[in-house]
Amino acid sequence: MAIGVKKLTNPKMNFLEKLYLWPIFKGLWVTLRYFFARKITVQYPEERVPVRWGYRGLHRLNKDYRGNVKCVACFMCATACPSECIEIEAGAAPFGDYREKYPVKFQIDELECIFCGMCEEACPEAAIQLTPVYELSEHKRASFILQKEDLLSVHEYWILPRYSKVRPPRRTMERLEG
Amino acid sequence: METADVVSEAEMKPTERKLWVWQQRPAKSARRRIVDLIKRLIILGIGFGIFVGCIAVFPFVDSLLGELLWGLVAASVKAALLLLVVFTAVAYLTLAERRFAGMIQRRLGPNRVGWFGFLQPVADGIKFFFKEDLVQDNVHKPLFVLAPAIIFIPALAVFSVIPFGPPDAGTGMQHYQLASVNIGILLIFALSSLGVYGIALGGWASFSKWSLFGGLRAGAQMISYEIALGMSVIGVLIYSGSFDLTRIVEAQGGSYLGFLPAWNVLPQMAGFVVFLVAAFAETNRLPFDLPEAEQELVGGYHTEYSSMKFALFYLGEYANMVVASALVTLLFLGGWLVPGLDLGALPPLLGAPIGIFAFMLKMFILLFLFIWVRWTLPRFRYDQLMALGWKILLPTALGNVILTAIFVALL
Repeated sequence: MAIGVKKLTNPKMNFLEKLYLWPIFKGLWVTLRYFFARKITVQYPEERVPVRWGYRGLHRLNKDYRGNVKCVACFMCATACPSECIEIEAGAAPFGDYREKYPVKFQIDELECIFCGMCEEACPEAAIQLTPVYELSEHKRASFILQKEDLLSVHEYWILPRYSKVRPPRRTMERLEG
Repeated sequence: METADVVSEAEMKPTERKLWVWQQRPAKSARRRIVDLIKRLIILGIGFGIFVGCIAVFPFVDSLLGELLWGLVAASVKAALLLLVVFTAVAYLTLAERRFAGMIQRRLGPNRVGWFGFLQPVADGIKFFFKEDLVQDNVHKPLFVLAPAIIFIPALAVFSVIPFGPPDAGTGMQHYQLASVNIGILLIFALSSLGVYGIALGGWASFSKWSLFGGLRAGAQMISYEIALGMSVIGVLIYSGSFDLTRIVEAQGGSYLGFLPAWNVLPQMAGFVVFLVAAFAETNRLPFDLPEAEQELVGGYHTEYSSMKFALFYLGEYANMVVASALVTLLFLGGWLVPGLDLGALPPLLGAPIGIFAFMLKMFILLFLFIWVRWTLPRFRYDQLMALGWKILLPTALGNVILTAIFVALL
């Protein structure tokens, strides 16, 4: 099959276009409008791009209405986890309610985690959830291995002040500021 | 027990479900916007005030030092003040370029260093000084070192014959000029065409093919446009009948039909357009920035330069821009003349600063035009550049000269 040759002709310019000046004025008008338009820069440390609902960021461990950890140490999340970053040690629950077990140790290595959200889907108690916290930076690798206490305090230290439109209760604010 | 710390799912859920949308910058409140604007205007006003003040003390320097047979000292003091103004203006021009570029692209530009970014040039200067000054093995070292100076010194020297303010109403002496020569415009053209040596030699001495291409292009381009530039000025010279820049400006006083200022831009419209376009080409600004053409030539003639040598090239371009806009203002836009205001009739302590400020304001508007055009237009092709220079600008300028000559001869 012969290769088709497409012949292109440049469009004819009329007198005004040949003068260059009129198209230049048109272009200058466009840029002048942008000059006075509203700017789209997000000035990062002061302003943030809000994340989409369902964004999978840092993990948190939820508490029940008494303030105890919701987790029943069923190992579902650790089993579902494809990168095996969750490490749980179970113990007899001291709470005196329906629960038999609770996690003595609940450790997530955030560097191994791929933030797939499988643990959240596997959890029968809605104890582990992913939050929209995306600014995960530390000075040491060891700091990325989060313990139970860190995960329980995620919403206090991260979510409420920075990502939620809900104003945190005064006690949290006092704790944060003091 | 207090359990309000736990955010329920209903609270976390946003009210409206959007896909990933970059949030626009939240609008500032009207009050905040006005306050910010006022702050910026105050900072700008202080800057302009310092500039005008530095120039406005020239007559006092003359009367204090000049009469004591210390003419040289007076000239040195004036030169130092002028250098201060020019260096600061050039440094802040780089900031203006970046800010305006950002705003044209719907960004904000550098606004972190100092008040609204007003200390950015200082940070840039410090950075330039501390950069490593690289000199490759194969360069022709004397010319390599000399080239930035060759481009920067003529650009500065041109300022010696630019008058910044109105002449003395009584004696007619021009104090706001370092050297009151009556062929100032010839001197300006003689000096400004030296700049091409800096670019061509810098490109050649770098021992880099891209630099050499840049230097060659610059040579061809600047020689081509020099002719159109010179021709377009001849119309003005015929029209005002003088080589003296002060006289040229003073000839533009008065008005047409009572309301249009009698600036040369109206009778010399063709000359104005040709001069402006040629000035863009002479300063290597964007529609004609083929000598540096970073997409094709890496960086053109300053590819191999770093540290303060590069800074000199960079600042030389901006100094050339200031010279070009000063020339356009003087030749076509009435210099320090304010429409509807007779500066000579005002008391000299008021009239002169107003004139200097008007001059600087017109220059600032032209410099904004330079930046605005740079961030609007794409680069010309090389044949388009040559065709524009030789086939359009030169005949237009020549026709303008002939028409002006006939017009002046008939009147």
